[in-house]
Amino acid sequence: MAGVAVSTTINGDAVEYLCQPDETLLEVLRDRLGLTGAKEGCGTGDCGACSVIVDGRLVCSCLVLGAEAEGRKVETIEGMAHGDQLHPLQQKFLEHAALQCGVCTPGFLIAAKDLLEKNPSPTEEEIRFGLAGNLCRCTGYDKIVRAVQDAANVMKGA
Amino acid sequence: MRYIRPLSIEDAVGELAKAVGPAAILAGGSDLLVRMKGGFIEPELIVDIKRIGGLADIKETADGFRIGAAVPCAVLGENKAVRKAWPGVVEAANLIGSKQVQGRCTITGNLCNASPAADSVPALVAAGAKAVVAGPSGKRTIAVETVPTGPGRTSLAKGEIIEAILLDKRPEHAGDAYLRFIPRTEMDIAVVSAGVNLTLDDHGAIKTARVALGAAAPTVLLVEEAGQVLVGSKLDEATLERLAKICSGACRPIDDKRGTIEFRRKVAGVLAQRAAAIAYKRAGGK
Repeated sequence: MAGVAVSTTINGDAVEYLCQPDETLLEVLRDRLGLTGAKEGCGTGDCGACSVIVDGRLVCSCLVLGAEAEGRKVETIEGMAHGDQLHPLQQKFLEHAALQCGVCTPGFLIAAKDLLEKNPSPTEEEIRFGLAGNLCRCTGYDKIVRAVQDAANVMKGA
Repeated sequence: MRYIRPLSIEDAVGELAKAVGPAAILAGGSDLLVRMKGGFIEPELIVDIKRIGGLADIKETADGFRIGAAVPCAVLGENKAVRKAWPGVVEAANLIGSKQVQGRCTITGNLCNASPAADSVPALVAAGAKAVVAGPSGKRTIAVETVPTGPGRTSLAKGEIIEAILLDKRPEHAGDAYLRFIPRTEMDIAVVSAGVNLTLDDHGAIKTARVALGAAAPTVLLVEEAGQVLVGSKLDEATLERLAKICSGACRPIDDKRGTIEFRRKVAGVLAQRAAAIAYKRAGGK
């Protein structure tokens, strides 16, 4: 198979890579670019652990081909903190202990960021529906929902 | 395997038409990539249609709406004009998958994936939506219900691509609705579903009606008799009972882990009644 040359932007940086035509964006991020924050849970778009934002849209990177990223803007969990300054969602996930094993956490954080950007004051129900594409087998979700609510309050005040 | 990203529909059709091995069209990929990963399909050519001019746009035309084949359902759901004119179609499209899947999946893909349980398809059939098909011998416009011919199979010939879905402009006093049964609140596949589209006369009586059922047969069912029974009525009790009976009778469902034949038959009738009531209210009926 001939490789596909891709020029894209990841977390604000211009990035170029060569990938196979059937390689997913998740595989490119993890195996070619060393951005291992996005996780492979199911590989079929059901669990959300590989969530990233492409051109302002929340997507599962396991259901995007690496070749499709040409000319797009990709945001991953690695771009969420500013240096040592955690994003309010990251801070609140820590404070509320909204994670245990942590495999789903990058996906939840990216999905929650997308949710709060589109709806800065979500109700609990809106948070639960908004994050329904992210599965967590540890927390039972309550702590995640509380952390997102708390982060929303902090972000509104900021 | 080759991945190409044509900029014109003619190039895309040309590549598909001359493809030697299995070829696949990629829009949102939420079905295609899962099938590739599962080994159910090994395309030698993937034609990504998202950069083709116009395919990622929703256009309001003199006749209604033209929804490009690469428009994600999330974008469709954010379009106020479509939502106002065709709330049933939009709510059906927005039921597909999670936020992540919504950012990628398309109604054209939902139609061409040809799952009997596709959520947007009964709503589109009830709406009388048309598909614009581009192919080696030119373009044709066909009713959406003629696209799926069985689970995973369509009537599209080699080299053909659906480039857009057309929805009519709405007259006064019109409404549509879509309901599905799932055993949870979301993120599930329809056990059975119903789409209803109505127009009313000035006195609130139903003038035209289309009723479609999903997950009730190998393909979406347009139940013409169910539409006919509604015409002239104001959705009185007796009419609703006849509607349910006709819909239950029209079903040719399967028994599987998600529902029995008996259950699907019964619920198809109930959902048709409820969807009709919502559509009637949306059309301004009282």
